[in-house]
Parts: sequence; structure tokens; C-alpha cells
Amino acid sequence: MEFSNLSDSLEKLPFIKTVAGPLDGDQWIERLKEEYTVLIQYIQANKDDDHDWFEIESNEDGTKWTGKCWYIHNFIKYEFDLQFEIPATYPSTPIEMELPELDGKTHKMYRGGKICLDIHFAPLWQKYQPKLGIAHALSAALGPWLAAEIPVLAEQGVVKPSS
Amino acid sequence: MSTEVRDDNPYSRLMALKRMGVVQNYENIRKFTVLIVGVGGIGSVVAEMLTRCGIGKLILYDYDRVELANMNRMFYLPTHEGLAKVEAAKISLININPDVEIETHNENICTIENYEKFNQRILNGSLTGGRVDLVLSCVDNYAARMTINKSCNNLNQLWFESGVSENAMSGHIQQLIPGELACFACAPPLVVANDGDENEIKRDGVCAASLPTTMGIIAGFLSQTVLKFLLQFGEVSPFLGYNAFSDFFPKYPLTPNPDCTDKKCKELQQYYNDHPEERRLKEEKKVEEKASAHDDNEWGISIEGGEDEQAPQQETFVEVKKEQSLADLMSSMKKLQTKQ
Repeated sequence: MEFSNLSDSLEKLPFIKTVAGPLDGDQWIERLKEEYTVLIQYIQANKDDDHDWFEIESNEDGTKWTGKCWYIHNFIKYEFDLQFEIPATYPSTPIEMELPELDGKTHKMYRGGKICLDIHFAPLWQKYQPKLGIAHALSAALGPWLAAEIPVLAEQGVVKPSS
Repeated sequence: MSTEVRDDNPYSRLMALKRMGVVQNYENIRKFTVLIVGVGGIGSVVAEMLTRCGIGKLILYDYDRVELANMNRMFYLPTHEGLAKVEAAKISLININPDVEIETHNENICTIENYEKFNQRILNGSLTGGRVDLVLSCVDNYAARMTINKSCNNLNQLWFESGVSENAMSGHIQQLIPGELACFACAPPLVVANDGDENEIKRDGVCAASLPTTMGIIAGFLSQTVLKFLLQFGEVSPFLGYNAFSDFFPKYPLTPNPDCTDKKCKELQQYYNDHPEERRLKEEKKVEEKASAHDDNEWGISIEGGEDEQAPQQETFVEVKKEQSLADLMSSMKKLQTKQ
């Protein structure tokens, strides 16, 4: 998995133009269209690389997202529910990705199953914001987190393969 | 509030401030409402201090639970373990002073629904159903500070921010007057105080150190500042830092950033430039401007911006096709994902 260089994985995706959050009315819809466009590109690219690793959809106003993400370790697939909300201060502050099934199973996580990204991803978001979006967060935050944590949790037997 | 000096009058020592000429109208404290976001190591102690001072009403926000790992700080007791922090706080505060009205919200203000409600509590939370007198940020993370910042800029609400560094060796309190002093998006204060990056502002519990001493000192500073602000005595510092290693207390105003990313902040900066008579902060501002102006620059020294060095070489931005609606995009993503 090519998660080694965060900046690299970010630069494969185009940036978001519209500076707007979910409380900004029509501007948010513009941003949401851009978010979706980048997501589609990202999903397509993953499929082309035979490296599909998540599935998501949003509610109508794009504020709540749910789906699944998975990680293959030693040819075994580990799959988890994924959910996140767009915070009121987005895009000034990053999205907090949640894997509720892993809540309490690793200390690299906050209450409610929010993955810990303070050291690795938050500074990156700060540097690039407001140009990063959901696809970037998946690619540079959740992806590397899974790559770092799942092998360890799998070895410890904390997570079980999905049937 | 009785001024009578009797052993059973809980306010006699406070009312003595009037007799000593420190405060003109101490009993006014009963009219004020303070909203505290975060009742952890700093916020809970501030709540206790203001409760003991006889504040009118406190509105407490927090979505955390009391854990034994919190016991190295003040206020909470091991018997509170597992309770919502705001609930545990309410129990203790009502015991300490039943005259104080305590309103609690076991909620994360960063979500959209809670954010809207939070704004309403700022506007309608006071004892008389109007705007609260002050908002205090006693949170431990960047996102919550940015949320309070957004609310307070949008509502033009004066607030104070507080924090203690990851290693528990420094802290700060900061006054934020939208449009007149730097907002949190203009310059995050811990970054200024520590000469570092935003990375320094991290969340409790994952790996941060904490001490009851540093937290207590900052809580004391913040509470004192609240009293001075509400009861109008002494000077209210725009920024007060504390370095535990060297006992250094830096104090200076932070002027707003004309290029602030918060639209409302910029708008209010413009407004108060055009209407200086309406400024709430009068003298200190002038002093600061004098201090920062260098009329003569004999050596032609200029400050280079650091941003250019890091600017990415070429940035590609997304293009949304004109005819595409959001619904189109949502369905094409769905289709793409169901395709194996």
C-alpha cells in the first residue's frame, strides 16, 4: 500500500476550490459538488489500481457520511463500519473519522471510535486548509491509520477477519 | 447578598471587598451568567471559584465522563467516576452554593446541530433569557476552540480562552473581542506562547501530561479575570502567559490579523476601524499600536513571510462539470461503488 508519503498521496488528488462549510448555504452545495467530484476520481483511481478500500455515502445535505472501509493483512480482509460528520467549523478544522466497532480496542482513538490523527494528519490539514476535503482525509488520514493499526490489532487478535 | 459580618454569612468576606474599596458593586455578581465550555482541569475549577463567589448562573458544556485518570487535577472526586462531567460538576457546585443556577449540556459543540443550539444558549442563556455575559473556553482541543471562535465572531460575543501546554509547564489566558483583538483563527495563542506550531494544541487523554498546579494557576487567573471584567475593577489583560520553568508571565495584546481566514472577524475589524468610538477596548489598543510602529528603518530591515517557502509548486484544483447537479454526482458515486 502506498501510504508511505502523506504529501504524495495528497498531491494525486486535485484540491477543493470553494471555501465553505455546512452552515454556508449554497456555497456549501458548491463545495459538496467539488467534494463528490474528487471522491469519484479517487474511487475510480483506487479501482483502476485494484486497491478499492472503502465505500461511503452521505445524507442529502452532505453533513453525515456512513459506509465501510477494509484492510487486507496477510491475505485476510478486515472490514469496519465507517462514519463521520462534517463539523460546524469545516474546513477550518478537519473531519474526525469514526470506526465505532473499534471503540475501546486501541488507545490510538478517542471516545466514540474517532481515530487519533492529531500528530500526523492535523498539521497537514492546517497547512493545506481549506483546500483539502473528504477524499483527501480518507487518503491521508484513514488509509494510513488502517495501514498502521490493523496489522497490530490483527496480530493481537483484537480484530477478527470479516466473513 | 448580605454585608453583615457573621460566621454564617457565606458572602461576608466577599462583600468586604466593597468596604475596602476594591469593588463598587459586588452584589452585581448575582446578575451575571457565564457560559463555560469544557469542565476539565481548568473549567471545573473556574466553575467552582465563580460558584463560591456567588455568580448568578453558570452554563456548563462538556461531553466527557469523569475518569480516575482525571484525579491528578482538582475538583472531581473518585466517587464521580463514570458520571458525565457536567452532571458531576452540577452535584458538587449545588452543594457548595445552592444560590447559583447551574445549567448543563452533555454535548459536543462541534457537530452542526449542537453548534446551532450552542449559539442559541449564548444568545438566550442569561438569567433574564438574554445574552450571556461571558463565554469561557476551557477546552483541550483545536476543533472546539475554533467552534467557539466561530460562534463568538458570528455573534460578536466577547470571550476568554485558556489552555495549558502538553507538558503541563506553561499556560495562558486570552481575551478575545471580535474585530478588536486577534480571534483564535488570527493567531492561535498556544502557538504564539510556545513559539511552535498548532501541533502543540493536542487533546487530553491520548498522551498529554497535566498537573493540578499549572491547571489551578491558569484557572485562578481566568477566574480572577472574569471577576475583574464583570465587576469592573483593575485591568483586564488581553493576553497573559505563564511559564512554570522560569516563572515568566508574558503579557501583551494581540492585534487582529487583517488576512484572517474567518470572514466575520475581517468584517468586524473593518467595522471597528470605521467606528472607533464603538470599540470596547480603548486604551490598551493605542499603547500597542505605538509600541509596534517603527517609523524609522535606517537599515531597511524587512520581515520575510515564511509562507512562500512552503508554497507547493503547482496546485491543481477540482473542476466540477457545469451541467452536473449534486444529485447526479451522488448517484454516479453510488453506481461506481456498486460496480465490482
